[in-house]
Amino acid sequence: MGLIDNQHLPGIITLPLRRLVNWSRKSSLWYLLFGIACCAIEMMATGASRYDFDRFGMIFRASPRQSDLMIVPGTVNEKIADRVRLLYDQMAEPRWVIAMGGCAINGGPYHGEYNIVDGIDKVIPVDVYVPGCPPRPESLMHGVLMLQEKIAREGIERPLVRV
Amino acid sequence: MADSEMNISTQLEETGSGEPRIRTEELLINMGPQHPSTHGVLRVMARLDGEKVVDAWGDIGYLHRCFEKIAEKRPLPAVIPYTDRTDYLAALSMELTYVLAVEKLLNIEVPERAVYIRFITNELQRIASHLLWFGAFCLDLGAVTGFLYAFRDREKILDVYESLCGARMLYNYFRIGGVRNDLYQGFRDTVLRLMDDLEKRLVEFDNLITSNKIFETRTVGVGVLTAEEAIAWGASGPVLRASGIPYDIRKADPYLLYDRYDFNVPVGTNGDVYDRYRVRMAEIAESIKLVRHGLEDLPRGGDIMADVPRRLSPSGDTYSRIESPRGEVGCYLVCDGTDVAYRVKWRSPCFVHLQLLGTLSRGSLIADMVANIGSLDIVMGEVDR
Repeated sequence: MGLIDNQHLPGIITLPLRRLVNWSRKSSLWYLLFGIACCAIEMMATGASRYDFDRFGMIFRASPRQSDLMIVPGTVNEKIADRVRLLYDQMAEPRWVIAMGGCAINGGPYHGEYNIVDGIDKVIPVDVYVPGCPPRPESLMHGVLMLQEKIAREGIERPLVRV
Repeated sequence: MADSEMNISTQLEETGSGEPRIRTEELLINMGPQHPSTHGVLRVMARLDGEKVVDAWGDIGYLHRCFEKIAEKRPLPAVIPYTDRTDYLAALSMELTYVLAVEKLLNIEVPERAVYIRFITNELQRIASHLLWFGAFCLDLGAVTGFLYAFRDREKILDVYESLCGARMLYNYFRIGGVRNDLYQGFRDTVLRLMDDLEKRLVEFDNLITSNKIFETRTVGVGVLTAEEAIAWGASGPVLRASGIPYDIRKADPYLLYDRYDFNVPVGTNGDVYDRYRVRMAEIAESIKLVRHGLEDLPRGGDIMADVPRRLSPSGDTYSRIESPRGEVGCYLVCDGTDVAYRVKWRSPCFVHLQLLGTLSRGSLIADMVANIGSLDIVMGEVDR
């Protein structure tokens, strides 16, 4: 961050703008409170007292307009797939998506059933996949850390992803 | 749609013929499926007159996961993990319903120790489920502290489960004829200590929430369900008992060890949201007692699995029912002599309770609808299956 290089100038940091922007982006990932199925309970547990998402600067927001990260926790069927897409479209750029659990990755235990969308990457672009059924809170936190690494590598303007 | 148009036109006529008055229109609003207090992917439609709810009804199906069809395709033991995922807050209760049905059909006698293990883990599950409900309900009413406290204590029960079978939520622990593995060393002491701890916590919750003025204002007299209505709608579990009817399947049709132990069935008087809260919290205290009883009499050794044939091919039909934390869960199982069930029908208490939403909300304020939904303890996985 250039902190150490500039000890003789207190209060002044020199660093590329890209890194500053990415640092602020990754440090306050507000996630959309969108519980679908079993994984949502683990997402709640991750946000609650023992695991405490707040440490990562992550606070849940009930509105997609205010959130940066969409964690998709659960099985997406054909009825809710439109809604997932709509919520994603309502989020402002830059936005990221974590597919949490087997169902969101590829349908999981329900893969190939008549009503199931086999993976939300058929509906919206996904940044990080967190496997498990449901993933432990530690897995989800690991996924978030991986997403933070990914954000740190990005440019200021994210390439527009089309599905 | 036609219905609402008609309403508007009749209103216009009234304004034309009668006294001049401010013309109001009914407003149809949509809540969910993405909404923080719909407990999953429930979508509620409400017709409002000002702030008063004229009518409210739910739109379900956002979490339909083909459970009953899957149960007709997979071999009998392979359905157990899917039963977990119907009601994911009380996975063991769901497993038990299914396993009891298959055992009934095959006439399997489950070993004593396995029955005790099932009994204890099931009551622990009820505590965990009610704690989560308590937390989520507090969150609905804006009391975030309650949520954090409840989750802290729920985690401790999940730790026990994790040591027992390796999973925190979806256990896949019960087997047809017993349980998958024996208790771990130190299970008894850990759970007894946990129960002592929880008893203190209940007092803490009581001090924190029960007599809280804001909580009382939001819940007392809100969403009243009379005993007649509760029976007519087919309500069960805490929702029914809060309306004053002491009906509990653990008493009415005992399974596992419930006929051996004495326990109270907490009953409410008014059938409002506050009573449903009180009943659930009292049930936690009863479950703590039952867990203690079970641990006391737990046989020291013995089998945990009955002799079950490798290939299960029962025929006939049966119905098993248990008292899950949410109410009466039933499993109607039809087998035709192959290793795959011919039909599995799941009786879900949440599905029934969801239909109460209109009855509870009609005439109340829109703000109270959140308390109403919360007090029913709906798990969408079980509603949609």
